[in-house]
Amino acid sequence: MAKSKSAYSDPGKKGKLDTHVIVVWVDNEAGVLARVAGLFSGRGYNIESLAVAEVDPKRGISRITIVTTGTPQVIEQIKLQLGKLVPVHKVADFMRGDKKIIFKEMALLKVVGNTSKRKKALKVCKKFNPVVLDKTQKSVVLQITALRREIDIIMGDLKKFGLVSVSRTGAVAMTRGSEIFK
Amino acid sequence: MSKLYSGAEIVFKCMEDQKVEFIFGYPGGAVLPIYDELKNHDGIKHILARHEQGAGHAAEGYARSCGKPGVVLVTSGPGATNVVTALTDAYMDSIPLVCISGQVPTHLIGTDAFQECDTTGITRPCTKHNWLVKDVKDLAKTIHKAFEVATTGRPGPVLVDIPKDIQFQKAKYTNFKKQKKLNGKSNNRFSQKDIDKLIDMMSKSNQPIFYTGGGVINSGPKASEKLRELISITGFPITSTLQGLGSYPGDDSQFLGMLGMHGTYEANNAMHDCDLMINIGARFDDRITGKIDEFSPKSKKVHIDIDPSSINKNVKVDLPIVGDVSDVISLLIKTIKKNKPNFLKSNKENTSKWWEQIAKWRSVNSLNFINSDKTIKPQFAIQRLYELTKNKDTFITTEVGQHQMWAAQHYKFDKPNRWMTSGGLGTMGYGLPAAVGVQIAHPDKLVVDIAGEASVLMTMQEMSTAVQYSLPIKIFILNNEYMGMVRQWQELLHEKNYSESYTAALPDFVKLAEAYGCVGIRAKTPDELDQKIQEMIDVKKPVIFDCLVDKEENCFPMIPSGKPHNQMLLGPNDQKKNKITGKGKTLV
Repeated sequence: MAKSKSAYSDPGKKGKLDTHVIVVWVDNEAGVLARVAGLFSGRGYNIESLAVAEVDPKRGISRITIVTTGTPQVIEQIKLQLGKLVPVHKVADFMRGDKKIIFKEMALLKVVGNTSKRKKALKVCKKFNPVVLDKTQKSVVLQITALRREIDIIMGDLKKFGLVSVSRTGAVAMTRGSEIFK
Repeated sequence: MSKLYSGAEIVFKCMEDQKVEFIFGYPGGAVLPIYDELKNHDGIKHILARHEQGAGHAAEGYARSCGKPGVVLVTSGPGATNVVTALTDAYMDSIPLVCISGQVPTHLIGTDAFQECDTTGITRPCTKHNWLVKDVKDLAKTIHKAFEVATTGRPGPVLVDIPKDIQFQKAKYTNFKKQKKLNGKSNNRFSQKDIDKLIDMMSKSNQPIFYTGGGVINSGPKASEKLRELISITGFPITSTLQGLGSYPGDDSQFLGMLGMHGTYEANNAMHDCDLMINIGARFDDRITGKIDEFSPKSKKVHIDIDPSSINKNVKVDLPIVGDVSDVISLLIKTIKKNKPNFLKSNKENTSKWWEQIAKWRSVNSLNFINSDKTIKPQFAIQRLYELTKNKDTFITTEVGQHQMWAAQHYKFDKPNRWMTSGGLGTMGYGLPAAVGVQIAHPDKLVVDIAGEASVLMTMQEMSTAVQYSLPIKIFILNNEYMGMVRQWQELLHEKNYSESYTAALPDFVKLAEAYGCVGIRAKTPDELDQKIQEMIDVKKPVIFDCLVDKEENCFPMIPSGKPHNQMLLGPNDQKKNKITGKGKTLV
């Protein structure tokens, strides 16, 4: 490595990256999403996907679900930094793949093609409870809910059957059983 | 029906309830209703700065020297953008500031109106929190919340943006009661178990060190008293960060001096070789740790901090203790006294070898420099300033650069809140306005800004503020005509290519002082220095002191970047001995 001429130290060794799902409960007020997103961009953290909506209109609480990657140290920092924001009530964090947690993403898929192609497309999606939201002589709009990588695969598979447009949400998460996020 | 107050009146009602005595600010279109209201509130004095950045730094100097939050009042647009540097500075150094900014009327927000900017958007990353008040009914609640956020937990700046129409609208005001219970973000959540574990680690250690920082100062004067007691009952050595100077007496035998990039040889080597490091209110900043992978490899590390996100951020620690420094130390002392009354005695044997090693490092005398009888050495100037002012309760502010490091090395502080310097952000131009704020808080004390000629020119206009309010601040400029630290790095790292670091056409500082209506003094030789410094101290007016120093002096010792603590560059004496030339310098 070339000798650094920086006043700052050289970057240390990079640790192993894990993917985590971070759930944040915030006051639903102006700018709160910008605060959370700004914290990620300002500190160089990565946002893979983001889903946000109000879940408690009475108390004005929104739930933000963020999928992010980082070393264990970075993930810890993300949680602590989020916890410092004034409108943040609580922060929960899970490894992606945690068996106790359900993760789901939704995708809308538009397929344009003849009847046979459209039928085949529907068949490909079968495993993920496809719902036909719109149908014409030459097109169909499907809704599926699945994991991110499953949707990735389906998108690949549908290409040959005339997939022309995809719209996807970020992941949302919930614990299995009677437990709730603490 | 209870009385209705205008938004502007509510701003002052809140400030009165928060016991605000001074506002540092600058008027403009979008805050005129608030400025109009000023005349009705005798208890609050407005200090008119000459630039919003100056107002912000003055509020920081005020806050740091007296422990109360500094209040800044600026207008919309350029008023708000000018204060951003001061807000960021306060954010980095954890200084409580409450900034109130005017905004264009609500119906014009988003229309690119005259002097409109997205103030809350711009200041979001440099405040603990900020608010845009869109309803006058929320105003009082928001301002009180702003004071609470700024002063609790790890302190920091906040901003309340108030559109002009809100300042005119009317609402009720209910008197504010200070909540006893602080908000959930204050995080005092350590337990007796943590303390017991710490004492266990302390009694097993043979090479311990305390590494203390600005958190001790921020925790209040009691924390510094407790720290002194803790050091005396443990007999451990202590080193301090730049921000922590003054929390422990600088001339005490257990004090190893400042650590870090320009810290002493003994402090940095002790940090590297220790087996137990107890960090109290410091944050393992990169100027402290040097190369992270080789930072203090043999030690167990304990970190006491009120901000949980400071722990394990840069350096993984073995025992985190989240809490207010003052409370943690108090319980620590109490427990030691109760459970280990003989701690000091047993510990003396444990650490005797360690102290011998420290004595060896000390004998290197790393702050030494080669003095001259022809030119004033900057270190010598600070030493003389210290000797001539140490018997007064002197407050020192600095700008940023070599002079700042020399001040930290050679001026010995023995009380907290006497040392105001921009450490985290490293803001050139901080010291002069900060001195204004310090002098406001302590009108009868001696306030000296140890400055460089380049830094001080960035906020020189604030001399006019000092003159307006008869603030006898002393601007002690170590004038080497270079941006000294830039020049030093260029000498050591960039083959002496002094690219743009020399300031030609500097003003005549003595005449400049006279132009501002204050006193100018110039010292050119070492033998006239004492007499001139005394003259500066005796004048009851603001002074600009132009101290012409050696132009090529470098600041040592120095940990080259990317190096661990035990590979320091020492001063010129050492370089002759070790021949750190050519090749060695490229390692910097």
